[in-house]
Amino acid sequence: MNLFRAEFRRLSKRAVTRWTLLVVLGVLAVAVAGTWFTNHKPGPDVLALAEQRAYAEYEEQKRWWEENLDYEIAACERSQQTGDGFWPDDFDCASLADQGPRPEDFSAEWYLPPTFEFRYEFSAMITVFVALLALYAFVVGASFVGAEWRTGGMMNLLLWQPRRLRVLLAKLVVLLLSLLGIGLVLGAAWTGVMWLVATFRGITETTTAEVWGSFGLNWLRGLVLVLVTGLIGFTAASIGRHTALAMGVATGAVVIGVPGALIGAQIAGADYPEAWVWPTYVIAWMDKSVTLRNWNACNYGVGGCEPAEWVVTWQTSGIAMGVLAVVLVAAAMWRMARRDIAG
Amino acid sequence: MTAVVEIRDLRKTYRRWRKPPHQALAGFDMEVAPGQVHGFLGPNGSGKTTTLRTLLGLIRANGGSMRILGQPVPQALPQVIGQVGAIVEAPQFFGNFSARETLILLATAGGVERRRVDEVLELVGLRERATDKVRTYSLGMKQRLAVASALLKQPKLLILDEPANGLDPAGIREMRDLLRNLVAGGMTVVLSSHILAEVQQICDAVTIIAQGRRVAAGAVTEVLAAHTRKEVRVRLEAVEDQPTAAQLLTNAGATVTVESDHMVVHGIDQPAQITRTLAAHDLYVAELTPVSVDLESVFLELTGTVPVPGQPLQVGVAQPVTAGASGEGAAA
Repeated sequence: MNLFRAEFRRLSKRAVTRWTLLVVLGVLAVAVAGTWFTNHKPGPDVLALAEQRAYAEYEEQKRWWEENLDYEIAACERSQQTGDGFWPDDFDCASLADQGPRPEDFSAEWYLPPTFEFRYEFSAMITVFVALLALYAFVVGASFVGAEWRTGGMMNLLLWQPRRLRVLLAKLVVLLLSLLGIGLVLGAAWTGVMWLVATFRGITETTTAEVWGSFGLNWLRGLVLVLVTGLIGFTAASIGRHTALAMGVATGAVVIGVPGALIGAQIAGADYPEAWVWPTYVIAWMDKSVTLRNWNACNYGVGGCEPAEWVVTWQTSGIAMGVLAVVLVAAAMWRMARRDIAG
Repeated sequence: MTAVVEIRDLRKTYRRWRKPPHQALAGFDMEVAPGQVHGFLGPNGSGKTTTLRTLLGLIRANGGSMRILGQPVPQALPQVIGQVGAIVEAPQFFGNFSARETLILLATAGGVERRRVDEVLELVGLRERATDKVRTYSLGMKQRLAVASALLKQPKLLILDEPANGLDPAGIREMRDLLRNLVAGGMTVVLSSHILAEVQQICDAVTIIAQGRRVAAGAVTEVLAAHTRKEVRVRLEAVEDQPTAAQLLTNAGATVTVESDHMVVHGIDQPAQITRTLAAHDLYVAELTPVSVDLESVFLELTGTVPVPGQPLQVGVAQPVTAGASGEGAAA
C-alpha cells in the first residue's frame, strides 16, 4: 500500500504528467472554441429565414421547370419516335408535367447555418478526445518508467523495495488507475461542455436514451483504448529502459510501420492489405466495425463488381489489443525479473 | 559474533554481445564485523560496484553465497532491506523533484515516518536547500542527499560507495565525523572509496579487491604491518661515503639500494646494527629513519596498479596479483 501511495505521488508530481495534461486541455479548449464559434442555434428568426430561402429556391426551380417542360416533353416524344432508347417506349411523356419540383423537396434545414446537433456530432468529438488522451497516455506511460530507469530512480527504489515485479506492477497499476481517473473526470467534463455547446449553439432535443447508450459504449471503448496505449508506452519504455525507445517505437510504427506493412502486403498479394496495419483495428474498435473490400475478387453475378468483403469487428480488435497487452506486460516483467541493474 | 556481511566465493560473469564474456567476480570473499567502518577498496573495474550491487540484489550472481545480518541474500532481501541503507555509485535522483520530495517518496515507499525526512536533511546539512530542485544541486549536495536517503531507514548496515565524491574538504571532514558518530551509535558501515588516506583514517578494517578476487583483508593496522618490509632510510654525513657504506652493510647481510643522497637498507633486524657497522669504519650516520608503508602503497602494490612513467594504466588491466603475497593472513 505504501508503494502504491508513493507511486501515485510520484506520478502526480512529475512535470511531464502535469504539463502534457495542460497541453491536452489546451487543445480540447481550442476544439470547444472552434465548435462554439462555427455553430449557431437555429432560433425562430434564423428558421424563418431558412424557410424563406428554401421556398425561394423552390420557386426558382419550379419556374425553370415550367419554362422547359414543353421542350422536355417534345424531346421525350422525339426520342420514342426515333427509338434511340433514351426514353422507354411505354413511358407517358405527358406525365413529365407531374414530376416537377415539390415544396417538400426543399427542406429549410439545408439553409440553416451549421448547428451542433449533439446526437450526430458528439460521436466524432469522443473520437477526438480519445485520440488526444491516448497520446497523453502513451507519453506519460513511457516517461513514467523510462525516466525512472534513465535517472537511476528505479535503482534507488529497488534499494527500498527489492521485489522487482511488485515494483514494476505497482507502477503499471498506478499509471492505469490514474489514466482511468483522468479519463473519467475529463470525459465527464468533455460530455458536459459539449452538451452546453449543443444547448447554446445547436440541438440537444434529438438525443434519445438509445443515443446516450451508444455514447456510453463509445466512451467505454475509448477508455480501454487509452489504457492500452498507456500500457504500450509503459512496457516499451520499461523493456528498453528509456523513454526515447518507446517514442522511437511509436514513431516507427506510424511513419514506417503503416506504409511499410501496406506496401509489403500489396507486394505479397494479400487479399486485404489494410488488415495488416494497426489503424484498421483502432478504427474498428472505435467505430464498431470496418469493412475491407477486395476489388480483385469481384462477383459480377448481380450486376457490376461486388467486391469480396471482410468485416473487422470491434471484438476482433479487442482480442488483438488484449493479446498485445498480455504479451507486452509479460515481456516487461520477464526483462525486469532477469536483467542486471548495472547503471 | 555474527558477521554483518558475509560473502563467500562470489562469482559473476557478464555476457557481452559479440565479445568474450567478462568475469567481474572470480570467487570473491568478504566479511564485515559488526560495529566497524569497513573499507572496501579496489581499482576501477576490479569488481567493487558489482559486489555491492550483487549484495543488494541489483545484479544476479553466477555463484557463491551472501548473507546480510545473518540472512541469506538475495532470498531474504525483502526481509532484511529495511535494515540496510545504501548508496551505489554516483548519486542519481530525479532532477525535477526537491530533496524533500525525493526523500518523502522513498520514505512513503518504505513505510518510514515523515519526521525522519527532516531529521536526515538536518543531519547531512541540506535543511536550507531542502525545497530546491535536485537539478540545481552540486555534486557534493547530491552526495549529501544520497547519504540522507541511505540514512532514512536508520539502518543497521550502511553501504556507501564513494560517499566523499564531490565533497569539499569541510564536507569530507563532516562525512568522517558523521560516520564515526553512526558507528558509535552501533551502526556498521561498509565504505568504498578511492581516497585512501581518508580510508586509513576512518576505517577499522579493509578488504582489497583486484580482478574480482580478494587480495587483502583484515584490520587496517594488520594489513599495513603485513606489508611493512622493515626498510630503513640511511643518510650519511658525507654523500661520497655511500658506496663504501653500502659495501660494508652488504657484507653484514643487508640489501642496500643507493639513491642520490641516501640509501635504503633492507634485511637488518636492528637499526643499531647499521650505526655500529658504519661507526666501526669511521662512517657516521646523519639520519636513520624506518620506512613506513601507507595504505596507498599497499593498495598499489596489491592491485598491481603502481603507475609506470610513460605507460598509461588501462582500466581492468593490472599486474598479476598473487593472493599469497597479500595480507590475507591478517584477515578474519
